[in-house]
Amino acid sequence: MKVRVLVRLKPGIMDVQGAAVKRALAGLGFSEIADLRIGKVIELELDDATPDARARVREMCRQLLANPILEDFTIETLADLAPREVAR
Amino acid sequence: MRFGVVVFPGTWSDCDFHYVVSEVLHQPVRYVWHRERDLSELDCVILPGGFSYGDYLRAGAVAGRSPVVEALRDFVGRGGLVLGSCNGFQILCEAGLLPGVLTRNECLQYRCQSTHLVVENADTFFTRGLRVGQVLTMPISHGEGKYHADAETLARLKRDNLIAFRYATAEGKVTKASNPNGSLDNIAGIVNPEGTVLGMMPHPERASETVMGGTDGLLMFQSLLGSLVEDGSFLKR
Repeated sequence: MKVRVLVRLKPGIMDVQGAAVKRALAGLGFSEIADLRIGKVIELELDDATPDARARVREMCRQLLANPILEDFTIETLADLAPREVAR
Repeated sequence: MRFGVVVFPGTWSDCDFHYVVSEVLHQPVRYVWHRERDLSELDCVILPGGFSYGDYLRAGAVAGRSPVVEALRDFVGRGGLVLGSCNGFQILCEAGLLPGVLTRNECLQYRCQSTHLVVENADTFFTRGLRVGQVLTMPISHGEGKYHADAETLARLKRDNLIAFRYATAEGKVTKASNPNGSLDNIAGIVNPEGTVLGMMPHPERASETVMGGTDGLLMFQSLLGSLVEDGSFLKR
């Protein structure tokens, strides 16, 4: 079972890395960017038999994958991911 | 006083701390491997700087869940002393042993330079030999040392006097220009309410001999050892 976790800086947390990349893009002529923020993608493959997989991954996020002081996370399972894969 | 210096894969200040404790302070010290769980014979555990487990995911994130840090919770519960410097501070925050988190420097640069620290709290085991307002000079060496905490936590740190050091000018003035990494309120180090766990980004072990350019870091170790002297005479307070 494939699960994708998106970890993002919370709104209001300054993203210095994002700001630097935004400046670099502006230097390349992409001046239309109002905001740019960088997050992390974590892809997991769980045993198909995992019960409550979403709850398990949520717990992984709480215990290690995200720092609740700084970051929010969203969990996408294969079903959520399918349309995105096709769209590509 | 029996010291332990924790070594994770990727730690780099372990030998410096070990040297200062054994050769400058002449105290018993041993290395503690990151898989160890028995800290019972130690009085003070040092979490040195470096890049534990490559600092993958976030600085200190993996180390903050390691066996030795799990054991540290009991150690702290029993009143054991813990000093975390640089990566050690990041680990203490990630483990939840201290509040807040260290993030990417606002300047985006890795900063390796001398800093001035003004003492904000002289009632901890690590700062008892110092005066509030005293200015110490110690180096920093980090890319992720910008302290961040939510407004509620910051208010609690201030109310309970848990800020140990703030970045300042040589005269002890806390200014924006003297803040090397964009830390909230110029915070360079904090303590737990008991004053037994101190985390700081600067490196006291790199300022412990005149040949290294200064000995202000030694004052912290001397505070620590002096805190075991019952009449406190050496503290000269």
